[in-house]
Amino acid sequence: MKYLALPLLLFPLTVLAADAEVTLAIKNNRFIPAELHVQAGKKIKLVVENQDAAAEEFESYELNREKVIAANSRGTLFIGPLAPGRYPFFGDFHQQTARGVVVAE
Amino acid sequence: MFAASIIVFREALEAALLIGIIAAATRGLDGRGRWIGIGIAAGLALSLVVAGLTDVIAQWADGAGQELFNAAVLGVAVLMLAWHNIWMASHGKEMAAQAKQVAHSVVSGGAELSAIALVIALAVLREGSETALFLYGLAASDQLGAMEVLSGAGLGLLGGAAVGGALYAGLVRIPLRWLFGATSLLVLLLASGMAGQIARLLIQGDILPFSGRALWDTTALLPVNSSLGNLLHVMMGYEARPSAMQVLFYVATFCLILLGMLWSGRPPAQSRPTSHSPIQSA
Repeated sequence: MKYLALPLLLFPLTVLAADAEVTLAIKNNRFIPAELHVQAGKKIKLVVENQDAAAEEFESYELNREKVIAANSRGTLFIGPLAPGRYPFFGDFHQQTARGVVVAE
Repeated sequence: MFAASIIVFREALEAALLIGIIAAATRGLDGRGRWIGIGIAAGLALSLVVAGLTDVIAQWADGAGQELFNAAVLGVAVLMLAWHNIWMASHGKEMAAQAKQVAHSVVSGGAELSAIALVIALAVLREGSETALFLYGLAASDQLGAMEVLSGAGLGLLGGAAVGGALYAGLVRIPLRWLFGATSLLVLLLASGMAGQIARLLIQGDILPFSGRALWDTTALLPVNSSLGNLLHVMMGYEARPSAMQVLFYVATFCLILLGMLWSGRPPAQSRPTSHSPIQSA
């Protein structure tokens, strides 16, 4: 099934210029970077790239977001526009290690 | 192992609460046990398929595939729950009368029961596919043996099912006169909460606009990650920081279903029975 999806990767999805894009990686059940700086007051396209062999669920109460990212794949979600401040998030499937915070400034 | 139990418990709990409410709401319908069973089995089978296709679904629609898929699943569930409540508004009395007879229930609701089976299948699918992904990752990470993963998951599943069973046991204690009123209210709240989730998903996928501001923030009062907050979230769509769109979807769904129920349940041309004797055709 993975191989069927591969050709899709050859055609990068068009990105709307208006949205700032930020990438967050998941590796060894941790978020990299653990502190994600974004511009306040702007809609952000957050690309979460899961490099692990295990699925993860990006979750944040503060951002009111929840999204499963399959193993070795990437998922996009939109956050904001955010008021300046700190918005913690975590990986629901590995809560001890997968923790991070979006800092809007 | 207990980390596995907790996650599985949480996912199982969501589906189990819905099944508990539905099971109580269909009391007295002929063959409901079979249909509920079919719904659970179909949901479990489908959740494995969806879990396997997660990365494919995620690629759809410029990366908003997961949001659209989940929103569609929720949308169908909302429609089926609405159908159930509107159907119940006109058949509830008949069913309450039937449920009193221990012998054999004769109210046949084929369409109603297949709607119910579909709602249950979709609920199990939603929670099951996430659980399957989680457990597969746990097994793949080599930190735990298959036995540990399975026993942890089994424990969580049992816990979730027990709470759902307890809810059912509590609901069926409600006197029959009020039972279907109570379950209809629960179903109404459940459907409205799901509609609110649809709005959240569509905002997350950038399909619906978002002002960036929550309509209210009751995190300090009742956080969603507290036990009560989570229970209210699952059962009636409570949110500590909802967007205006979420609240709009919630309220609109609530009002539409309620109107449908009032319309369907309006007394027929013959006068409403006030005595205890149910109208029965010979």
